[in-house]
Amino acid sequence: MPSIAEQLPHFLTYYNVEFLLKAALTTLALSLSGCVFGFVLGFAIAILRETRMLMLLPFRVVSVVFVEVFRRIPFLVTLFLVFYACQVLSFDVSVFIVATISTCIIGAAFLSEVVRTGFDSIPIQEREAAEAMNFTLAQVLTLIVIPQAWRVILPPAFAFFLSFIKDSALASQLGVVELTYSAKVMNNKGFSPVLGFGAALILYFIISYPLARVGLHMEKRLGIPMHRRP
Amino acid sequence: MAFLCIDGLRARYGKLVVLDDVNFSVEKGEIVSLIGPSGSGKSSLLRALIGLLPIETGEIRLDGETIDYRDKQSVRRLRDRLAIVFQQYNLFQNMDVLRNVTLAPTKVKGWPSEECRRQAIQLLEKVGLGEKLHSYPDQLSGGQQQRVALARALALRPEVLLLDEVTSALDPELVNEVLDSIRILAKDGMTMIIVSHEMGFVREVSSRVVMMAAGRIVEAGTPEEIFDNPKNERARDFVSKILHR
Repeated sequence: MPSIAEQLPHFLTYYNVEFLLKAALTTLALSLSGCVFGFVLGFAIAILRETRMLMLLPFRVVSVVFVEVFRRIPFLVTLFLVFYACQVLSFDVSVFIVATISTCIIGAAFLSEVVRTGFDSIPIQEREAAEAMNFTLAQVLTLIVIPQAWRVILPPAFAFFLSFIKDSALASQLGVVELTYSAKVMNNKGFSPVLGFGAALILYFIISYPLARVGLHMEKRLGIPMHRRP
Repeated sequence: MAFLCIDGLRARYGKLVVLDDVNFSVEKGEIVSLIGPSGSGKSSLLRALIGLLPIETGEIRLDGETIDYRDKQSVRRLRDRLAIVFQQYNLFQNMDVLRNVTLAPTKVKGWPSEECRRQAIQLLEKVGLGEKLHSYPDQLSGGQQQRVALARALALRPEVLLLDEVTSALDPELVNEVLDSIRILAKDGMTMIIVSHEMGFVREVSSRVVMMAAGRIVEAGTPEEIFDNPKNERARDFVSKILHR
């Protein structure tokens, strides 16, 4: 078997690099959609659970069941559930779409709990004071609760984002050509695992490092006590 | 008919009855103090009044209007005329002092912001905090925070002010600065319902004193009647305990 140094020129052909970068983009797209859509939907669910209106009760029940169910089953199972659900309903969608739907579901379920914990961290007395002054729920949330909740929401949210990039590798089980899958393909082509998985390692790092930096920056801006903000 | 009437009020926390057949009324300009041992229902009464504790039965009338606590609009109208200050101040931690005081008048009442700002500064000066406009709550002492809370409540121009043990969480040396601010309000003719353990203060400012025990009113009268000559057994017992500490 040729040495790694000898393999390298053959490994770094235009076709292979394009293949790996495309796979990296798939990983990025999967995790980004899960994080962004998951966070938006998670925020909406958390706010929904704050409401007391009778009219919204059915939605509250559905969202609680949704969150409690999908937080408790493995991501891999969610992937297959969505996959077979699409087949049963004869939706003709690609495995990539199946994986994207799954990441969004998991993201929403987990992040809604992160957001809710953030809301709950604000002393109930502060909210009572606002309620006694006739603030509406929307005002209480936007003026008092959410600005203070970032401190509690951001660290676990970004920890979740980062672990999510890695979890997206499970989509390879459905045949989605994301980063881990592509490393395996390179390995099967006869390249040393050091090259295939080494490239995946570097690309995973390139994807997640900036995200970690963004998280740190946001925690600094939003997560510190008010009077010490620049 | 009195300005604020409470009639046959009953409320529970779970199984525990915290208010049981409470009747009393407050005239405009009166200062009524609620005293009694811990757990006697004084704070619960204030919380029930402002709609933070659901009531079971009973009627509360403000200025002739019966408040329906199940109707949001009715409670909104009530809260529009009442304000409450809590034991734990409950300032908004994410806003400076000035914004704490101007927030409700601008966002809830919709008054012009320049006017609210002027009023807030005036009120903060009145409670001796004219220098602290841009401090955040966690930079202030308990007494200062409580005076901000007082200014915040007054900024809503309430017709009745509810004070729920506003000095109980304070260090002894900070109690007077808050009491002094309340004395100023008393002089201005503010209608107040005060829950307090500061008996000297209660005796000094109250037009009437209501003594509660186990969720019921056991005696009501002028400060002199209650403190010098309580008729009821429990009232006598409580007074002798607190006066001979």
